[in-house]
Amino acid sequence: MQQKKLKLSGVLFIIVIIIYVGNVLGILFTVILDSFSKGWYKGPLPPQLTVEWYAYAAHDHNIPQLLIVTFVVAIGVTLISLLVAFPAAYALGRNEFKGKALLLSFFLLPLIVPPIAYGIPLAMVFYKFRLATRVIGVILANVVPIIPFMILMLMPFIEQVSGNLESAARMLGAKRFTIFMKVLVPLTLPGILTAGILSIVNTISQFPLTYLVSGAGSQTIVVALYTDAMAAGSRPMQAVDGMAVIYFLITMTCLVVALRFVSPTQMVFKIK
Amino acid sequence: MGSRGRGAIFFFLLPSIAVLLLLFVYPFLYGLYLSFTTAEGAPTFTNYIRFFSDPYEARSILVTLWISVPATLINIGAAIPLAYYMRHGLRGEKIITFFLIVPITLGTVLISEGMLTYMGPVGWLNQFLMFLHIVSAPVRFTHNYLGVLIALIIQGFPLCFLMLLGYVSGINPDLEKASKMLGASQFETFRRVIFPLMVPGIAIAFCLSFVAMFSVFPSAQLLGEPSGPTRVMSIAAYHWAFEAFNFNVGSAISMTMAAIELLIISGVLIWRNRIYKGASIVGKG
Amino acid sequence: MKDFDRLIIQGVTKEFGEKVALADFSLELERGEFVTFLGPSGCGKSTALNCIAGLLPLTRGKIMIDEETIDDAVTSVPAEKREFGMVFQNYALFPHLTVFKNVAFGLQLRHHPKDSIRSRVQQALHLVHLDGYDDKFPSQMSGGEQQRVAIARCIVLEPRLLMLDEPLSNLDAKLRVEMRYELKALHERLHVSSIYVTHDQQEALALSDRIVVMRSGHIQQVGTPDQIYSEPANLFIADFMGFKNLWEAEISALREKEDSLEVAVRVNDGEIHSLLRYGKSDPRRVALLAAYKGGWKITTAIRPEDIEIDRNEAVGGFQAKVSLVEYLGETNHVTAIAQNGTRIDLRTDHSVKIDETIRLHVPPEKLLLFGEAAELHVAPTPTSEVA
Repeated sequence: MQQKKLKLSGVLFIIVIIIYVGNVLGILFTVILDSFSKGWYKGPLPPQLTVEWYAYAAHDHNIPQLLIVTFVVAIGVTLISLLVAFPAAYALGRNEFKGKALLLSFFLLPLIVPPIAYGIPLAMVFYKFRLATRVIGVILANVVPIIPFMILMLMPFIEQVSGNLESAARMLGAKRFTIFMKVLVPLTLPGILTAGILSIVNTISQFPLTYLVSGAGSQTIVVALYTDAMAAGSRPMQAVDGMAVIYFLITMTCLVVALRFVSPTQMVFKIK
Repeated sequence: MGSRGRGAIFFFLLPSIAVLLLLFVYPFLYGLYLSFTTAEGAPTFTNYIRFFSDPYEARSILVTLWISVPATLINIGAAIPLAYYMRHGLRGEKIITFFLIVPITLGTVLISEGMLTYMGPVGWLNQFLMFLHIVSAPVRFTHNYLGVLIALIIQGFPLCFLMLLGYVSGINPDLEKASKMLGASQFETFRRVIFPLMVPGIAIAFCLSFVAMFSVFPSAQLLGEPSGPTRVMSIAAYHWAFEAFNFNVGSAISMTMAAIELLIISGVLIWRNRIYKGASIVGKG
Repeated sequence: MKDFDRLIIQGVTKEFGEKVALADFSLELERGEFVTFLGPSGCGKSTALNCIAGLLPLTRGKIMIDEETIDDAVTSVPAEKREFGMVFQNYALFPHLTVFKNVAFGLQLRHHPKDSIRSRVQQALHLVHLDGYDDKFPSQMSGGEQQRVAIARCIVLEPRLLMLDEPLSNLDAKLRVEMRYELKALHERLHVSSIYVTHDQQEALALSDRIVVMRSGHIQQVGTPDQIYSEPANLFIADFMGFKNLWEAEISALREKEDSLEVAVRVNDGEIHSLLRYGKSDPRRVALLAAYKGGWKITTAIRPEDIEIDRNEAVGGFQAKVSLVEYLGETNHVTAIAQNGTRIDLRTDHSVKIDETIRLHVPPEKLLLFGEAAELHVAPTPTSEVA
């Protein structure tokens, strides 16, 4: 009797998952296929294939520049955030003090408040201080949600490394910097890598903040994609799909790399 | 290293706090300030009045709620049974989780852009539906409310699901066994034991999901009708700030967005506290 | 549901893919009996318990209550309908419910009237000495208190079988002894048929009417506490129950009687005698006879407190040199080395000095012999060492 019930819910479950995954895959494959298609106005498959849209996109955009900006921003954000977040995560992970909970809540805010809500005021401030439309501005804007994210990601890794190890190293005569380089960093390296890779992935796909703050020479590829899609009237859809495919390839590569270090659930780590 | 003085702790925390104060708190406060002043700097309520008194503008509040609340409810509503079903793990869990991660990683822009073709009048989805004779003419999925809703569901469901899955997996499996031994059916166990223990997780997932849905922007632009039925608050704020270059009204709209979100989150948390008295510890007895 | 006269478990086997967790488990339980499944981790005792509870489906076998089959590996009565109670190792109290609501859970499910629920819950709480704890939450209580709530939650439903899965393992040593006493008192009072699972031989001996010793999914021996304690069926059980001095030995002479066996054994360059009350069909006797015929080595087993120091050069025995003395308060635990290098563990009131040569003697009824080689047993040491 019980086994039958299980099967019904099992079937429903599979149906829902298939519907969801099917549509996501449908979207992805449509984009990929369309970017190579010619004369595809109806029917399941394009009648002809071509690479002309990529040529169009390359002509239309300075793709190398887009890629460079994207990576500079991603890596810049990651490095700056790591430098700032690691000590903070260490201080929070090793110590209890009055107001710790309050401080953690403060760090949580940029993760709870959606980027659009603080992005608009942020962009206004950046325009005022002439940081907008510049790569440095994009980097600084992206740092805001990434630093708390990294702190939360790093804390468990640091807490895992027992403080006794540092005490033991001290007893053996090691100086603080040595302890940091030879004990702490190596042992928290998995955490650092995890946080770093996830930060890169998140920054590449970050839209609202970058969109609001960037300008012509400081767009990341996702912003260029959006601008194209919004102006779809003046551009062939296939070329837009071409840009989408480029973006997709970059993100997927990073995702696959990330998954070697991280479990999928950790990727959507937010707040418990 | 261990117990260094409070000075050291402060020193370690300083950069993060400073960065966030400068780049998060200050802009927010500045925005708040702007929302209550004119372009010349004089204190006023006109920005808010301008927003609320114009029906075209004020409607954006309802529009945003009309999109975000159903989207969140659908996401949570679907995530609860699915997470419950997978609470003990499942074959193929890794693959499923991978496919759920992909839309989140790719982001709203790509999904929305892709939907334009895939769910367009001649896209695969309509072709498929007509092929199965579920519909006789293409369904309009894009450039309307439905498209935005679907995009939000595609984007929001994985997060809800994974959060709830994590939460429900943390519930001590022996609690279910105990409930069974005491005579409860599967349904009774869910109603009396599992669901009450999931409530905190559901509350958090709801809040996070709602906040993300409420600030919908690119999907509303790409897939909706940003000039009318899907003119959400973020579009309104953006328009005033960066197209009309009226930072004051733009800020007012942003602040209103934040206030509404805060209101609804507080409501949810109050509801959760009403239902969930008692231990906040889930699990190990 | 009325009480049963007998719970019959026949040939129950549970396999997880290739792994056989429980093999051919058979047992009959009488009403009111307290039976313990005893063994090291992985021996299958919890698997057996969960199979009986209906929480695990059987691969093969049958479970019956009197005449009624409740599980035959094809169809089964689901766990929630069996009217069995289960107390878990980690208590499994519902953290979001008060003590009162936890205990009332089963009664509320069955839609009992409110007053009846109230009085029955109070009664149950009284039985476990937790009067007045009604409005507390599990997180506000100690381990021992939580365990008592778990017990109350079961007995308030008057189950026809009470199962306890290592309920005391998560408690500290002192609390464990106290709770053991309370469990015993409770059983004396209520006489609920009970199955208890543990790896602690002391608990098993103190609480049970019968003990089922298990290893690697198989039953090793079923018997009363006295039988298990004094007459273990094989080396594994002997070792598990605290026998030490498992030496390699040779049978030098053997005399068969109707109900017993008198054996002279050469060991540690000396000779000692054993009197074993094994009947003609006892497999232990058969094994020893075979070993004697075949000239194979056998293994001894003696409890440390049963080895005596022989002050006069009396009959037989063997010599050894003291290597370590541990003062235990009541007695001394002495480690000595025989001339052939074998290690000897004994307990004695006498004070001996290190390097002293002593003569040791074993009363024949206390010397157990097994026709197996000593390397066969690899049992982990039980947690309660103190005899």
